[in-house]
Amino acid sequence: MNGMTNVMRRELTGYFATPVAYVFLIIFLVMTGIFAFYLGNFYERGFADLDSFFRFHPWLYLFLVPAISMRLWAEERRSGTIELLLTLPLTTLQAVVGKFLAAWLFIGLALLLTLPMWLTVNYLGDPDNGVILAAYFGSWLMAGGFLAIGSCMSALTRNQVVAFILSIVVCFMFLLSGLPMVMNLFYGWAPQIVVDGIASLSFLQHFADISKGVIDLRDLVYFALVIGFWLLANILILDMKKAD
Amino acid sequence: MIEAKSLCKSYGVFKAVDDLSFKVDDGQVLGFLGPNGAGKSTTMKMLTGFLAPTSGTALIDGVDVVENSVAARKHIGYLPEGAPSYGEMTVQQFMTFVARARLIDRKDVPASVEAVINKLNLSGVKHQVIETLSKGFKRRVGLAQAIIHDPQILILDEPTDGLDPNQKREVRSLIRAMAKDKIIIISTHILEEVAAVCNRVMIIANGKLLADDTPQGLIARSRYHNAVSLVVDAPEKVASTLGELPQVGKVEIREGELTLFPNQKKGLLEAVTAAVGENQWQVSALRLEAGRLDEVFHSITQAEARA
Repeated sequence: MNGMTNVMRRELTGYFATPVAYVFLIIFLVMTGIFAFYLGNFYERGFADLDSFFRFHPWLYLFLVPAISMRLWAEERRSGTIELLLTLPLTTLQAVVGKFLAAWLFIGLALLLTLPMWLTVNYLGDPDNGVILAAYFGSWLMAGGFLAIGSCMSALTRNQVVAFILSIVVCFMFLLSGLPMVMNLFYGWAPQIVVDGIASLSFLQHFADISKGVIDLRDLVYFALVIGFWLLANILILDMKKAD
Repeated sequence: MIEAKSLCKSYGVFKAVDDLSFKVDDGQVLGFLGPNGAGKSTTMKMLTGFLAPTSGTALIDGVDVVENSVAARKHIGYLPEGAPSYGEMTVQQFMTFVARARLIDRKDVPASVEAVINKLNLSGVKHQVIETLSKGFKRRVGLAQAIIHDPQILILDEPTDGLDPNQKREVRSLIRAMAKDKIIIISTHILEEVAAVCNRVMIIANGKLLADDTPQGLIARSRYHNAVSLVVDAPEKVASTLGELPQVGKVEIREGELTLFPNQKKGLLEAVTAAVGENQWQVSALRLEAGRLDEVFHSITQAEARA
């Protein structure tokens, strides 16, 4: 536990010691604002909710989360610090989870900084704050899913650009798996159970459920499983392929 | 104590380390000597628990590195090749991270950090970001993180590589100062380093152990051991006279320097000095050779390459 929090703290210090953190936070805030106000028609819709704000989170995360996760392990490989980190008396699990948590908390901070949106909507009208809270939580959970994928992809290579692109591709597949354009490929020939299975992998569907204010155990379990699966894969990749 | 038991590491068909077994006792400063790509670093990576051996294992103070890697690592301080560190952190931040990770008691962390920073003369740069430091400082930071928890076993992969002569000297004296009752393993391809700091040498090439000896023992294997070299005005003439001495086995002249190799009989130096005095030769240099490590290294590793 101590080992994990130590790794997490180091990682977080690292974010704020470089421009990475500030650039990310600013871009994130600007982009969420642009999406919510221009594409989401925040004002014109005339509803006191944050639907137009949360609706674009999956698409924003698709590019921004890999930008955070790409350095997690690729950078350790490139600079050789992986050898330092993994010869400390820590388990690989502690190192992987510590790093993941640091990035996840960091994205949590970015989400917290969008609080003015919530204040605005409360000032303008009388929204259901329970739904908004659930949506924030769902958004953060989904970010964790993206992040776990990105962390695992980052462990595959010492090149951050490769990690970035691989992460986007895998995240994109997870995002799209519930959309008709993907599902149509399977309808008709694949057994129903496979179609349902693929559809149920979709981040969009599970996020949509939570952001409606319904926190269903199945959605929580789904994101927990996604995160657990990819972090486990991350650990296995590191253990199998420590030195290049 | 370290005990390596038939350590093997292969990458596909390539055997980086091939059945390496050895024991290291407390107080020994062991040098891994070998050409580049000999398997020195790979062996160290297995001892520190970074790489899992393909087969075989090693005991670190009785703890198996394969079965109980995390527990074994607690006994070890490790400087990986190139002394990597987190460049975006300051020296103090980095040391604090390592101290905590090394399970130093929470309340003792600041004191340990301070102590190691002073020990390696890093106090002037402790608030500086590591990536802005010079190579020598970075190396010292690497050494500092390796010794912060006062480990019983210290494994240093090419600790002086890329340093200038003064820095090399500094690092070596530091290693000597720590050597007393610890185990220190250093890898190097610099021959004089071995003679300067080690009391035991293992020559490794192609993943195999080729020689395990003291530096003196290795030097004594040299054909130059106890040979006498002298610089005289007319080496050919002198050579023919000295070649007649009963103590001289073989005579070589290279670049004006005459070298006389001993045979089984003792007292070559005395016989040569007596002959020089007798014949009134103008001798500008005369020395007794201890042996040449580079020649021993070359003959041992080349013999392996031919085999």
